[in-house]
Amino acid sequence: MDLAVIVIIQVLYGIATLVIVSAGLAVIFGMMKVINLAHGEFMMLGAYATLGALKLGINLWVAIFVAAPLVVGLIGVVLERLVIRRLYGRMIDTMLATWGLSLLLVGIVTSVFGNTTAGISTPLGSFTVGAYSVSVYTLLIIAVAVALGLALRAVLLKTQLGLIARGTMQNPAMADALGISPSRVYMVTFAVGAALSGLAGGLLAPLTGVVPTMGGAFIAKTFITVIGGGPAILAGLVGASTFFGAINQIAAFLTTPVFGEVALLLAAIVMLRLLPQGITGRFFKGSM
Amino acid sequence: MARFAASWKSAVLCIAVGVLLLIFLPSVIDDFTLIQVTIYLVMSMLAVSLGFIWGFGGILCFGQAAFFGLGAYTYAISVVNIGDSSVPFLLSIVVPAVFAALLGYVIFYGRLSDVYMGVITLTVTLILFNLVNSTAGPEWKIGNAPLGGFNGIPAIPPLNWPGNIDETITPRGMFNLSLGLLIVVYAGLRALISSRIGHVIVAIKENEQRAQLLGYDPRAYKLFVFTLGGAIAGLAGCLFANWGSFTSPTVFGLAQSAQIIIWVIVGGLGTLVGPVVGCMLIQWLTTQIGTQQTFNSNLVLGAILVLFVLLVPKGLVPSIGLLLGRVGLRRPRPERRSGAKPAALAEEHQA
Repeated sequence: MDLAVIVIIQVLYGIATLVIVSAGLAVIFGMMKVINLAHGEFMMLGAYATLGALKLGINLWVAIFVAAPLVVGLIGVVLERLVIRRLYGRMIDTMLATWGLSLLLVGIVTSVFGNTTAGISTPLGSFTVGAYSVSVYTLLIIAVAVALGLALRAVLLKTQLGLIARGTMQNPAMADALGISPSRVYMVTFAVGAALSGLAGGLLAPLTGVVPTMGGAFIAKTFITVIGGGPAILAGLVGASTFFGAINQIAAFLTTPVFGEVALLLAAIVMLRLLPQGITGRFFKGSM
Repeated sequence: MARFAASWKSAVLCIAVGVLLLIFLPSVIDDFTLIQVTIYLVMSMLAVSLGFIWGFGGILCFGQAAFFGLGAYTYAISVVNIGDSSVPFLLSIVVPAVFAALLGYVIFYGRLSDVYMGVITLTVTLILFNLVNSTAGPEWKIGNAPLGGFNGIPAIPPLNWPGNIDETITPRGMFNLSLGLLIVVYAGLRALISSRIGHVIVAIKENEQRAQLLGYDPRAYKLFVFTLGGAIAGLAGCLFANWGSFTSPTVFGLAQSAQIIIWVIVGGLGTLVGPVVGCMLIQWLTTQIGTQQTFNSNLVLGAILVLFVLLVPKGLVPSIGLLLGRVGLRRPRPERRSGAKPAALAEEHQA
């Protein structure tokens, strides 16, 4: 019984992590069709922002939920203006340029902070279920994932901002004619996506340790999740996270974490063969 | 210029330069430099494999390193088990080719688009990296060959004359073999591209739907190109394992995949010499950065990739060709200018 509770918590945690780390990418890819291969490095920057804020004596929660998204969002704006803006509509070139950015960011951070792992101790302690101990932070991650999903949905569907963003993505020329600058909408969307990646980095920093190359560990998982999700941003994100997260955690539970990851990636390849449009290309069509 | 790049003259020129280097370079430079040059040549072959499938087949593979690594590991594992290196040498080409064929079947016959292609190839590379990386324990072995996990496989027996295990290859022989094979691969690919099949391959890259309406099956041609690319990358991997008698999971790593793409982008897409030039330049640059220690090599490589995508999207070789061509056009040659245009457009992607 205790074991069952633990497994359920672990599976939920796996799903929640995927939702959190993929949200930024889902917004940028889903809305703008820009494949951001520097996504992992945005997370890494978020982790470093959290670390930096902590060193300045800022409260851990402020560092994670305010400093990390803010700093990475601003970096996102700068990079969008300098690089991404010139490549809209050229999907392959954007992939290559963002891959270059990812190397560049790793290089810069390594030069500045050195190639060492910095740790942030996991806050909140733990509680016990029978003979097992569970970190409270795990539950926080699950709660944040739920909140993130609901917030994204609310912003996209219920606010003026979301309406403008969705309209611009569907028909930039029409939005332009109605007096909305698509260029500015793209910039804001990219910044929001970057900020979400930064938040993810901040949230995961206490769990993974902070190194310049930490982004590489997430890139494949996040891509698979977003691509596997298909055209509907939110339903796809949640659907694919649930599917892959569950497979990952169950396989990891049965064998080793490495094979959990391999099982996730293999499942993704098989799934893309069966559903080339992603999960929401076939199911939940027309959802957001 | 485009016309020259597509003509047999440029192929002959490149092959002649290669043969001259093969004959005279070893007597000009010392052994240490020769060994350095050899690794450049091995990597150039890897670059050519991507330059071929991307520049001519229109297939952007983010995981060319997977075939390279598979070639290296196949050679290492089979040569430890078999002893004589002839069969391992062949296996190191066949195994990656078969793997590429299987992967290509899933991708092309599933009609997955470019983006999915990129993501899947990247993912496969990472799967291999994770798998091989986690095989450090003594229980992980194939036959007599321990996989070594993140430590890699050390002391791989070098190539030997078929049938005579004791007569192993020298550094000088390694140079000859690498450059010789590079020339053979280059000549073979040039011949393929100018053949009927090659024209169909380029046609599919230019307009897949039109090629299909004309009765060609794009899936089969792409699968062929992809498999051939995998085989060449595997061959490069085999040479790599021989060069340092060592292979580790980093051959599957993201950094390796990124480097291959940078070589091709910098050298120039749509040529076969371009990737070689790009590979040599970038490798030389990374070596310089490594010895000087002033800049982080990731930083420089990343900056180069971004700048090339933004400013020199065609790459060095085609851009220089265009510049030379423009200078050439200044001379009054009306009869050429009028007739050359459609041909130049059509042949721009061949070199």
